[in-house]
Amino acid sequence: MDAKFEFLCRMGDSTLILGHRISEWCGKAPVLEEDIALPNIALDLIGQTQMWLAYAAEVEGAGHTADDLAMRRDVWDFRNLLLVERPNGDFAQTMTRQFLFDAWHLPMLQALTTSSDKRIAEIAAKAVKEATYHYEKSSEMVVALGDGTEESHARMQSALDLLWPFAGEAFVSDTVDHEMAATSVAPTPETLWDDYEASVKDILSRATLTLPKARFAHKGGKSGTMHSEHLGHLLTQMQWLQRAYPDARW
Amino acid sequence: MYAQMIKSEATQDDPEKLAAFQARIDAGDTIEPKDWMPEGYRKTLIRQIGQHAHSEIVGQLPEGNWITRAPTLERKTILLAKVQDEAGHGLYLYCAAETLGVSRDELTEMLLDGRMKYSSIFNYPTLTWADMGAVGWLVDGAAIMNQVPLQRTSYGPYARAMVRICKEESFHQRQGFDIMMKMANGTAAQRRMAQDALNRFWYPSLMMFGPSDQDSVHSAQSMKWRIKMNSNDELRQKFVDQTAPQAAFLGLTVPDPDLCWNEEKGGYDFSQPDWDEFFDVLRGNGPCNTERLAEQNRAWDEGKWVREGLMAHAAKKNAQPIAAE
Ligand SMILES: [Fe+2]
Ligand SMILES: [Fe+2]
Repeated sequence: MDAKFEFLCRMGDSTLILGHRISEWCGKAPVLEEDIALPNIALDLIGQTQMWLAYAAEVEGAGHTADDLAMRRDVWDFRNLLLVERPNGDFAQTMTRQFLFDAWHLPMLQALTTSSDKRIAEIAAKAVKEATYHYEKSSEMVVALGDGTEESHARMQSALDLLWPFAGEAFVSDTVDHEMAATSVAPTPETLWDDYEASVKDILSRATLTLPKARFAHKGGKSGTMHSEHLGHLLTQMQWLQRAYPDARW
Repeated sequence: MYAQMIKSEATQDDPEKLAAFQARIDAGDTIEPKDWMPEGYRKTLIRQIGQHAHSEIVGQLPEGNWITRAPTLERKTILLAKVQDEAGHGLYLYCAAETLGVSRDELTEMLLDGRMKYSSIFNYPTLTWADMGAVGWLVDGAAIMNQVPLQRTSYGPYARAMVRICKEESFHQRQGFDIMMKMANGTAAQRRMAQDALNRFWYPSLMMFGPSDQDSVHSAQSMKWRIKMNSNDELRQKFVDQTAPQAAFLGLTVPDPDLCWNEEKGGYDFSQPDWDEFFDVLRGNGPCNTERLAEQNRAWDEGKWVREGLMAHAAKKNAQPIAAE
């Protein structure tokens, strides 16, 4: 499989699945302002997906479109991080997942703005503005709810304990990453870790939350070798119309 | 429209002040929050704007129902943006209502415990993707009929909210019609979905305008105050006149055998919706009343710790500089 295609799917599938998860909140947020803010994030992420997967489809060269990739692949062909397919849980889990993702996504996109691949650099340049805003917002939310009431603090801490083992996957390289780094298309994932850890620790200390000691990281999402059971259910819903009416145009 | 059967309040104010107030309205003046206003005017507006706001809020649910099943990435973004707009409309309207001395939380509590209503239309289910077209085309279409004139309503904050909202609503209607076009010109299954959506949403859309109010005392008072601009029948007629040719353009059949152009009156003759069904829906017996209200209550209850957490943090932040001194 072409490494660049794989890499583009990793970027696009992660934004697609996270955008989908966020969109599940629509109209059901804890406060009206969040009913406005959450769809904004989902919109940005789906918009980025359209750019990543359109380019992925071009690189693949099999005559597919971004929609084909989004709506017609099965679980084993998805390359998103395990973190983003985690169910929404309560608002604490949703915000913690968002924060752990944004804290990686932003520096990743910043690095990609200097990619040797012009198209990737362009997409990253567009996405980085949105990711900056997402990071600001999710880190503010983590601080506010961590340092809010006893209950909000407890919920945020257990969300962090639950999701932290899914944060590490983005920083472990494999052959696809090596090839992307060798051709200066993308940074080596490990090089982003120190800054990631530092910024997460900074926000968590302001949130009066404790980073779990264990460094264990689940793997299998971005390689596609072992997704969680959750992804299949998400795809069942997301892809249903396209699969039930394969000859229709929408 | 999103405010149905609004009872106007009787007013027991100083007759001189009342006359001066009415003179301002008749002269086309805009009433602002700090101006004197009759208690009945204030209460009626709170009820009307509140119900309108609640409709925007509950209205997120039938369309939110399809966001996770939208068939393409583009359709998903369009629908997301639409539902987000509705949340924004709710927010503008709650802000307008707050200028009348009622808080958003108070209004929300009244929605959640059933003291205040929202539009009957949102108690109908969305069953196929074509319903996303039908809702935009018919429901937003009907809402516009009522909201465009309300841009000139006498209460300033309400009128200004309407100006912002109307721009977005007409966009929604075009997007809905665009989905209907795709469906009506698509595969046999898609055409079937489109016709089915029209069949289910036609009469509930006509109900949005409320029953005939020609002899209603409440309507007369609200019209005098310029917080109701047209009679329900007038708006319903306008809606049918606009929509029937659009249905024909789509190649769809309006589910009314008596629908026909009346040259003499320069409008369509059409059948009335089943008003018993309308009153049943208002009483809580529509197909989705229970789910809609339960969903609102669940979101509100489960969100309590979030709202409290955010407020507690904001309070700590505000206290900080003083503590540091
Ligand atoms: Fe609206
Ligand atoms: Fe709308």
